[in-house]
Amino acid sequence: MITLLFFGRLRELLACERLSLSISNPVDVATLRQMISDKGPQWQKFTTSQHALVAVNQTMAQEHTIIKAGDEVALFPPVTGG
Amino acid sequence: MIKVCTEDFDLGLLTNELRQKSPQSGAIVNFIGLVRDINHGQSVSKLFLEHYPAMTEKVLADICSRAKKRFAVDHIDVIHRVGELDLNSQIVYVGVSAMHRGDAFNCCEYVMDHLKSEAPFWKKESQNGQQVWLDANPSDVAAKARWEQ
Repeated sequence: MITLLFFGRLRELLACERLSLSISNPVDVATLRQMISDKGPQWQKFTTSQHALVAVNQTMAQEHTIIKAGDEVALFPPVTGG
Repeated sequence: MIKVCTEDFDLGLLTNELRQKSPQSGAIVNFIGLVRDINHGQSVSKLFLEHYPAMTEKVLADICSRAKKRFAVDHIDVIHRVGELDLNSQIVYVGVSAMHRGDAFNCCEYVMDHLKSEAPFWKKESQNGQQVWLDANPSDVAAKARWEQ
């Protein structure tokens, strides 16, 4: 099981703050995007690398970063603090 | 000192703290970011700041660690507020103490330029009664990129 967290505009567009996802084997970020895009048109549109950055265990991830059971994965739009 | 909080901060107190713990410093540079009443021509009445609690302090610490390797500075203090903020409120504070002003100025700007593009905060503005999430600003990306040249 992995925990998915959504922040900012993305959380509102997907109407989802937190999600648990079962994975039988480790997957990379690109595969995870594919898996969650099946949840519906909004997910397909807004979870692409163009709209959503990904952090794994609170560290920015790349498309090839491996996600394994127990990891916390966050998806969010480009940051706008300061 | 790195802190993410809802409470306001007092620049005078922060500067004194920085001065007390930096006896070898000949310079302190402070930056404060504020909520302004206009953005891209739209009137703004309030700001909401969201963050990713487990990650923000980690990213800020990493930025300060890189800054300390790059510039001859003594201390870097960062405070970033979250939650609902009124117009003219203080959003962010960066204070740097250093032996010489050049390093203090450069380090302060380096920390802000990286915070703007790396730290997981998101701004939502109240514009004419509508709530609008802000897009990342390309000029912030360019500001960070110039440090890599």
